Amino acid sequence: MTDGLVALPISVQPIISVRGLQKWYGSFQALKDIDLEVKTQEVVVLMGPSGSGKSTLIRTLNGLETHQQGQILIDGVELTQNPRQLESIRREVGMVFQQFNLFPHLTVLQNITLAPIWVKRMSHPQAKETAMQLLERVGILEQAHKYPGQLSGGQQQRVAIARALAMQPKIMLFDEPTSALDPEMIKEVLDVMRSLAESGMTMAIVTHEVGFAREVADRVLLMDRGQIVEQATPEEFFLNPQQERSRQFLSQILA
Amino acid sequence: MQSLQQKLKDTLLPERVQPAWIWLRQNLFNSWFNTLLTLICLWAITVGGFGLVRWVFTQAQWEVVTANLRLIFVGRYPVAQLWRLWLAALLVAGVLSFSWGALQGWTRKVLLRVGCAGLGVGVALMFVDWMSALWCGAIALLIMGAGSAGAWCQRKPLWQSFKSWLPLLWLITFLVALWLMNGGFGLTTVSTKVWNGLLLTVFVAVLSIVLSFPLGVLLAIGRQSPLPIVRGVSIAYIELIRGLPLIGILFVAQVMLPLLLPPQANMDQLVRAIAGLTAFSAAYLAETVRGGLQSLPKGQWEASKALGLSTPMTLGFIVLPQALRAVVPAIVGQFIGLFKDTALLSIVGLVELTGIARSIAAQPDYLGRYAEVYLAIGIIYWLFCYGMSVASRRLEHSSGH
Repeated sequence: MTDGLVALPISVQPIISVRGLQKWYGSFQALKDIDLEVKTQEVVVLMGPSGSGKSTLIRTLNGLETHQQGQILIDGVELTQNPRQLESIRREVGMVFQQFNLFPHLTVLQNITLAPIWVKRMSHPQAKETAMQLLERVGILEQAHKYPGQLSGGQQQRVAIARALAMQPKIMLFDEPTSALDPEMIKEVLDVMRSLAESGMTMAIVTHEVGFAREVADRVLLMDRGQIVEQATPEEFFLNPQQERSRQFLSQILA
Repeated sequence: MQSLQQKLKDTLLPERVQPAWIWLRQNLFNSWFNTLLTLICLWAITVGGFGLVRWVFTQAQWEVVTANLRLIFVGRYPVAQLWRLWLAALLVAGVLSFSWGALQGWTRKVLLRVGCAGLGVGVALMFVDWMSALWCGAIALLIMGAGSAGAWCQRKPLWQSFKSWLPLLWLITFLVALWLMNGGFGLTTVSTKVWNGLLLTVFVAVLSIVLSFPLGVLLAIGRQSPLPIVRGVSIAYIELIRGLPLIGILFVAQVMLPLLLPPQANMDQLVRAIAGLTAFSAAYLAETVRGGLQSLPKGQWEASKALGLSTPMTLGFIVLPQALRAVVPAIVGQFIGLFKDTALLSIVGLVELTGIARSIAAQPDYLGRYAEVYLAIGIIYWLFCYGMSVASRRLEHSSGH
């Protein structure tokens, strides 16, 4: 279990700490005994077959899914169903969805400035300036006044990343950010995520992009049937997996 | 290049100028059955249309309408105080035109058309009453003036910060209009018992619409609430009201409410009528709005929540703007229904448009002239409903992108 953690400095306080997490949908157990620690600036990639619980896990980390047992600490604050506490945690945790989930009735700029203005009480000019900087960073400054429906999938997903970054989160969660994209648009989104990782953002990513995981991840987790089966550095995980289940999964996706 | 474009245009959009008789033969007389159908329809339209035209121009005696125009429009409102109604109408028309211009924007053509229609009515009124003609002309001019001012404001960046004051402007407008109509504070009081005819219909309908909208939205949200008590109360209210006929609710409001309340709580019959209509309309509106809420993808809630927005913020900024826009046509349809439902108030003793028509038809001088009176008020109902319909279509058009 701790193979992948050995290389990391032990003194660093984990920013995400999950202990004994259990989640059921009715009688179906979606997450079993999950223990996970993510340190500041670490990039963790979750892989696994569909239905293995990786999306569920990432969605419990900002309370979009509730858990029945166990403890989640985000930056030292326990995640509960108390709305106040949830909102304060969500301010620190940005999320990017598979389906982008931009607000179609607002312009790109309004999409990005909405939360900083109303949640962080930032002034309008300041929020706009931050938004413009972020749009430049994700490379679509010229689309600021368009509506999401007028953009391509790749551009929409980059807006979604900018929208999450506008809250200046400490952690970014990505739930299959490139799965709904046409192949030629995947790279532009991955490039943005890569530069984000290089800038030192703490990231938890659910993805099937092996190349991206090998290059960017500090640690790869394999999930199956609601459990973490293996976690290791990318080199170890992809070249020398310890578990039979991991070998099976890799042979399927690399075939 | 030019020739290529021309060639494309020719192949893609062949100019087909067909003689009318070919179109007729292809569409109306293309089989013996369609020919028969066409002939039967033609015969029915001719007979019906001819009968109507003959009745309107030779048999009908329109004196019952022309002699009672004032009753139809404002009922028994004292003639000496009529200027107050005109002034209230002037005020509301001005603010309405300004708001539409400032929020939706007027195109010059439409604004001009609305203004000219008003002036046309004013000119027509010259044959009836000079004072009314002047007031009507003033309203038309104010609509054009205030509309242009609104459209001008819309283009000014400074306007954005004043926008949030518009509801306050409307509240003040409403209070001033109410004061003008009702009196008090220096004006002679005019009892609501003499607010009859169209005046009453519009007053009751507008207030019921304005009040039932927020109530309906709240009920729709309540019905979706995760809190069991809020959800239970909302569902119970909606299902109870939807299971009752409107006329029953109006009877309860008019007849039973005074029995249930303490005698000193002397509610005006207008207030009771508006309460009944609002309660009824809100339940139906809630179900329409719920449809809009449910049509919204769950991802919109999740994205908003993930950004740390609270539930009220999510509703106000993300969910309601999209959900309501999706159901504008259905909502306006319900408002049109509500406007026409005010006719039922005539059964519980309020003399609104239908009520005044009944009392006019009962005047000894015009006994038996039902058709003329009802046709006249029918046209008035239609004009208002059609107006709402047109406004709603404009709203849909301009709010989509």
